[in-house]
Amino acid sequence: MFHKFSSSTDVTSQTPPKSSVQRSIRAAILSQWKIGVETLEQIWPKKESLIHVKCRNHISIYTIHGEPLFFQESDGPIYPTLRLLHKYPFVLPRVGIDRGAIRFLLSGANMMCPGLTSTGGYLPPPENALPAGTPVAIFAEGKEHAVAVGVTKLGTEEMRKVNKDVGVEVVTHLGDELWSQQTL
Amino acid sequence: MSSESQSEPIRPIQVLYCQVCTFPLEYCEFGSSLTRCKEWLKESHPALYDKYYSNEALQSKLGTLSLEAQAKLEKDTAEKEAKAEKKADAALKKKMASQVSIKRMERNKRKFVTAIHGLEAFDVELKKASKFLAQKFATGASVTKNAQGQDEIVVQGDVADDVLELIESATGVFKSVPSANVVIVEEKKKKGE
Repeated sequence: MFHKFSSSTDVTSQTPPKSSVQRSIRAAILSQWKIGVETLEQIWPKKESLIHVKCRNHISIYTIHGEPLFFQESDGPIYPTLRLLHKYPFVLPRVGIDRGAIRFLLSGANMMCPGLTSTGGYLPPPENALPAGTPVAIFAEGKEHAVAVGVTKLGTEEMRKVNKDVGVEVVTHLGDELWSQQTL
Repeated sequence: MSSESQSEPIRPIQVLYCQVCTFPLEYCEFGSSLTRCKEWLKESHPALYDKYYSNEALQSKLGTLSLEAQAKLEKDTAEKEAKAEKKADAALKKKMASQVSIKRMERNKRKFVTAIHGLEAFDVELKKASKFLAQKFATGASVTKNAQGQDEIVVQGDVADDVLELIESATGVFKSVPSANVVIVEEKKKKGE
């Protein structure tokens, strides 16, 4: 999503959304993420107003004090930025990739099923299976912090069965253009 | 998890980022400046350096990868590093070669505006610089896009020589601009600006 992105050309406007819109964003985050009211309050205090940074391709980034926190594509699910995910790694369900895949992930590739199903990878157990289209935090083998944020293309059980092609689409990864935008 | 977070917020985890490549420390090895990252870490956080780059750590890191794959990975990293260095060098060279042009444009018979172009290559914030110039010369100054769609500063009045002097003095906002790269350009054809 952030393959080519620079604040000078891709940002069209920066405005604070209406308070009712902010309320709905807050509600959406609470329902989509595994996060409590208090923890969200800590990330995004009620008194602080979000800034809605509109970008090309219907991408919206939400910032507080210039620091990007969440983003979404048109009306899709809300993703945390990777820096936020590092601080609160529990907000999204996790998947893991093996060590061989890290290199490709860091150059922006989508994650293929074999990288997730191999011994180094991690998929949630069948009882917590994720359907397709779920935002996930991608962790890497032997690493402590998340390496990317993605969205599942197949259900996790399906990934095990098919074990081929794209399993998780990478939305933002370590070292991409969004990562290098520390402030907007 | 949700039940306990109802009552008490969960503290954020503080992740230490590498100052060189901005990645979390454990991902330095996949960046394009591993040697410099290592140096930095050794100097500022010796304990952590041992954690990530001691022999045992390297051994355990091999994990499921075969030796061959590991060797290939290392080679790739070295190559990437060399490439990134080259690129940075080229960028610096280009930056040093780029020029700042100061142009006087006729606006209305006896009235002129001065356009300054190319400052952004030297990390000058155009908006701040224009404000500074406006204050200095007590005129209007703004950041506008020129015909090529690039940003430039337009100052009202004929102040080309003064601006040149100001930039050469290398103070304030123009600190990073080398004076050798600044030229006054004569306008050849008339523009209806």
